Amino acid sequence: MPAVSENGAGADFGVRLKDATAATVLTVLLCVPIILFHADADIDGVLQPIPRPWAVAIFALLAFFGRLAVHNFSAGATREAKPASRLWSVVRAAGAKYLPIVGLAALFLYPFVILMALGSGGSLKWVDTYGIQILIYVMLGWGLNIVVGLAGLLDLGYAAFYAVGAYSYALLATTFGLSFWVCLPLAGMLAALWGVMLGFPVLRLRGDYLAIVTLAFGEIIRTILVNWVSFTHGSAGIASIPKITFFGLRFADQPGGFDAFFHLDYSPLHGKMFLYYVILCLALITNVVSMRLRRLPIGRAWEALREDEIACRSLGVNTTNTKLTAFALGAFFGGLAGSFFAVRQGFISPESFTFSESATILAIVVLGGMGSQIGVAFAAVFLIGGFEMLRELDFLRAIMANGTGVFLICLVVAAFGIIRSRGLAVQVAIVAVGAVFALRAFHLLPDGIVDKFAMPEFDPAQYRGLLFGLAMVVMMVVRPRGFIATRAPSVFLKERKTVSGALVKEGHG
Amino acid sequence: MRWRTDPLLVVEHLTMRFGGLVAVNDLTFQAGRGDITALIGPNGAGKTTVFNCVTGFYKPTEGRLALARVGAVSAADVEALTRSSNKHAITPTGELYLLERMPGNEIGWRARVARTFQNIRLFQGMTALENLMVAHHNTLMLASGFTVLGLFGAPSYRAAEAQAVERAKYWLDKIGLIDRADDSAGELPYGAQRRLEIARAMCTDPALLCLDEPAAGLNPRESMELNALLHSIRDDHKTSILLIEHDMSVVMQISDHVVVLDYGTKIADGTPDEVRNDPKVVAAYLGVADEEELASAEAEIGA
Repeated sequence: MPAVSENGAGADFGVRLKDATAATVLTVLLCVPIILFHADADIDGVLQPIPRPWAVAIFALLAFFGRLAVHNFSAGATREAKPASRLWSVVRAAGAKYLPIVGLAALFLYPFVILMALGSGGSLKWVDTYGIQILIYVMLGWGLNIVVGLAGLLDLGYAAFYAVGAYSYALLATTFGLSFWVCLPLAGMLAALWGVMLGFPVLRLRGDYLAIVTLAFGEIIRTILVNWVSFTHGSAGIASIPKITFFGLRFADQPGGFDAFFHLDYSPLHGKMFLYYVILCLALITNVVSMRLRRLPIGRAWEALREDEIACRSLGVNTTNTKLTAFALGAFFGGLAGSFFAVRQGFISPESFTFSESATILAIVVLGGMGSQIGVAFAAVFLIGGFEMLRELDFLRAIMANGTGVFLICLVVAAFGIIRSRGLAVQVAIVAVGAVFALRAFHLLPDGIVDKFAMPEFDPAQYRGLLFGLAMVVMMVVRPRGFIATRAPSVFLKERKTVSGALVKEGHG
Repeated sequence: MRWRTDPLLVVEHLTMRFGGLVAVNDLTFQAGRGDITALIGPNGAGKTTVFNCVTGFYKPTEGRLALARVGAVSAADVEALTRSSNKHAITPTGELYLLERMPGNEIGWRARVARTFQNIRLFQGMTALENLMVAHHNTLMLASGFTVLGLFGAPSYRAAEAQAVERAKYWLDKIGLIDRADDSAGELPYGAQRRLEIARAMCTDPALLCLDEPAAGLNPRESMELNALLHSIRDDHKTSILLIEHDMSVVMQISDHVVVLDYGTKIADGTPDEVRNDPKVVAAYLGVADEEELASAEAEIGA
């Protein structure tokens, strides 16, 4: 046997050598027109081509040895799955045990920690956009998770219930002057009513058909909001929605306001912090209710419905009521979140409840792992937090503006290609790109070329759709079942074994 | 002869048409209380269609399906209920249900007819125990005050749930799956899945258990165990069984009463011994020797 393998290795080396030589030849051919000549001004100010064969030689050698290295790298790249270490399993068990408590404490302390770290002015953004904004989506994700993750009913129009909740509060508050705390349950119930109204016609639909009808429902609600001007003020939206109050105390710089009452210096942060705790509590209520429901017959019926509707019926489960309660409850929480959204913004318009809103919420649920509460929360932080982060990336804007960014992207693509690709042509192209980058890095490339790639208008936030799509594609390749791909059983005799996601049905109605 | 003296299920003139296709044609038979009744016939004879009518998945085109869940019910009571627009009646002697008037989930919950499926329909992503817990849905739903009491952890609900878990444990033990209670149903071997489906149906506390080919795909040992399980269900749990089966050895060993279907029509009805020797049954299963015999056989069947 050793003789054979040696022989094989020898032949293999010959093949590699040939391949590396071919790559070198190609590199030389590519490099001659690109980097052989360097233009420089002579004494008269006339550009003269100055040959620099050493540069070509460097890249030829780089290509040759790089190619050989790639072969060695890919040959030794047969990775073995390492058994999970004991320490890691202990850490995991401890994490699972203490994560809820530590997480809760962290969430409740977050505004104060931020306040202490950044002071009153700097922490506003962190409480508002990174706190409240993300928590709204966590709550929406948990609400939709009841419909999609547990009951398996694919809903593409969830923003409709969000809109119903928001408009319920806005209209009740501006027309009848009702307080937020009265409107909140009303908004939830109105949204639940609309959930049932959507539920009835789609009871018989499953999968794609259900998805299409829910999509249409979402658009119907939005179109009504746009066109029923006398009721909703149309696209102009509803402005000056009353702000939230703390037991009747307004968060305003005035006598009798919250700050004056507690003898504090006025700060807009206090109102934001209160909003933060309100949405935190609402989101936690959503979570606790859906976790409890999972262990009740209704929750088991939802999951059974997702698994097999026909078997459900044979066991005497009323599938009509089961589906309607899922729609109603999901819509209820969507309505609560909507009414919170209205009180936080102070202004709402149909613009805020477009299909992309539904798609984002659904993406959070899918990304998190359908049916997994903690996964959905992480997905919301990742997606919404990520979107907001894009606005902060000033360094990215800077390097894109002077042209280096494009070359950096080239380098990343090259690195990825070297690791993953097999084709000769691809690798040669990659080496060429790498060569160009190296030239740039050593300031061997004329500035004129770099300037061609400068993007002074570049704004990372403009690319959120692209990045969002890329993130989803990568997720579907790497973890098609979402962050948390396992299901925890609702009841157990001896030990709670998680159920592999491969066995659990997805939300196909 | 219990199916004549004390019938649990009376099927009369059952006809099921799908467009031009007559799947079941004017079928009349009775299933006795405490009997194991087998419904047999060649492929495409309409057995599963009868099942789907009995369990409410199809609404029969014509016919009456009367189930006397508790106690004997007189023919006069059945007629009276048929004339009324009600689905069920409580007579002095028992409870009567007209299955053709009820939706599928009510047949399961009120009339207490449970079923299994030809291709196993377990909740694969749920554990074996959870599968059985879903079968307690209606009982637990009432105990949880339609979720409201349960949400606040009312003690009455907790007691009811503990009771349901106990019942589930009993059945898991009975089918030999108590050690795999916390494994997901999809991971169980095929024979275990079949048994679990029967246990799940039994957890609904049925008066009539309908089994669609329970022995399909089982090895001889599992088949023997299944026979014992079905006998225990009949004798210890007072549940009557209606089953579809292709395996004749199973049918002949365990059934008290056999109904033979061919092309949607009943061709024989009796004890296993009577049916075994019936020339029409032999003809339907094995084919007939020549044209003449075929003609006479068809004349007898009325085809």
